[in-house]
Order: sequence, then structure tokens, then C-alpha cells
Amino acid sequence: MKFGILVNEGPFTHQASDSAYQFVKAAIEKGHEVPRVFFYYDGVYNANKLSAPQADDRNVVKRWSDLAIEKDVDLVVCVAAGLRRGIVEDNLMDGFRISGLGQLTEAAMGTDRLVMFGD
Amino acid sequence: MAEYNFETEGVKKTITFLNRKAPYGTIYALEVLESVLISAAFEQHANIVFVDDGVFQIKKGQDTADLEMKNFLPTYGIIEMEKEDADEDEDMDMNWRIIVEKESMEARGLTPDDFKVTVEVLSSAELADVLATSDAVIGG
Repeated sequence: MKFGILVNEGPFTHQASDSAYQFVKAAIEKGHEVPRVFFYYDGVYNANKLSAPQADDRNVVKRWSDLAIEKDVDLVVCVAAGLRRGIVEDNLMDGFRISGLGQLTEAAMGTDRLVMFGD
Repeated sequence: MAEYNFETEGVKKTITFLNRKAPYGTIYALEVLESVLISAAFEQHANIVFVDDGVFQIKKGQDTADLEMKNFLPTYGIIEMEKEDADEDEDMDMNWRIIVEKESMEARGLTPDDFKVTVEVLSSAELADVLATSDAVIGG
């Protein structure tokens, strides 16, 4: 099955990003396709490369980045949501790209299921 | 990462936009609205649904001056216009519905006359069918 993923919350305050990451990893391991994850609302903060959690905690931003590079997942940050929160090319983590909301509509149109992770 | 190219040519799906939150306490209402407006360009079927405190998003007569926040109530009028354009244009295969959940509306002492846009009022059970028959749900 082909899954699109929508992440509605930033790292750490909410579990949504952790759950989304675990879902994507498990789905790929089971042989499903996850071509795109779309980050919207405070979800855009998952792409902030200045995030520096303590060493004994999970690094949410780096974990997404590593997954994108290893498994070829298209991580898209909404440009409008990013701009108002200061997520721009200058502080964008590797493996993410910034694009428009049409990329979310496309993910809804082009997958078997769109799975939303939020509060 | 390289951009993934979805096959969207000729695809027609039903996307439900689920509004659950009051308009100004969080940003969800505004950003769901932005995603609805963008989706219009793709000519998909859409249900714009208001439940829980989300029903307050379309209440008439909002004044946000003291909040120092942008009043985006007029933008819902654009959604209504998109819907009417699609309804009137026989060449356009795009069906939009603006839906309010009856129980949420009544629990807050509201009636359809309180809303800025014309809505369909559906019971919770009827709304469950709308959600079950949607291809995707986007919400905040």
C-alpha cells in the first residue's frame, strides 16, 4: 500500500512526530511505500536543523533526516507555515525541502491512504 | 531528497477538511482554511466540516480588533463562492459541501442563521458516513 503522511505538530511538545516516524519506519519495513511526509502547522519545526536535544534523548529532527536519506522519503515542509514560524532554507535540515500546500493535496490524491498525526 | 512525482492526472478524490477548533485560540482554523483554498486548484471533491468548537469559525459578526489578530471570517465567503461556481459550472466535476455537525451546533446554542455561509447540518451519525466515504481527511 502507498501511504502519505501529514505531521501536524512539532517535536517534543507532542508525541505526534514520534508516532509518525515510527509508523513510517514500520510501514517501510513491512514493504509498504511512503513516498511523502508533509509537515504542516507547528509540524514545520521538525525540519529545524538548530534543534539540539540532550544526548540521552532521541533526536527527532536528525531521525527524520536519516530516514529520508536512507529510505528515499520526500519530506516536504509547507512554505507558508514555515515562513511565519521562521523555518527557511537557512535552518532547514538535510533531507527536507520547502514547497507549497499543493504538495499535500497531491499526496492525498496520489496515495491509498493519507495518515494524519496530530494533537 | 528528490521530489516524488505523484500520478494525479485524471484522479478524482473526496477530501474532507475537518475543523475542530475555535478560530483564534490556536492557528489550526486559519491553516486548515489555507489548505482548503489551495486544494481548489486541483478540482477535487471536498467536504469542509465544522465540529466541536470548530463551529465558531464561521459564526457571523466576529471582531478581532482587541485580539490584534487578522479576522479571516471573510475568507470563508471565498469557499462558498468556490462551491457555488462548481455547482453552476456543468463542465466542472467538483462537488463541495460545507457541513456543520448538528450536536456541536446545538450544544453551543447556535442555529444555521448564525453562520456566515450556508451550511448543511448533519447529525453525528450522518457525519460519520461522510468521513467513512472520504478518501482522505485533512484537519487541525
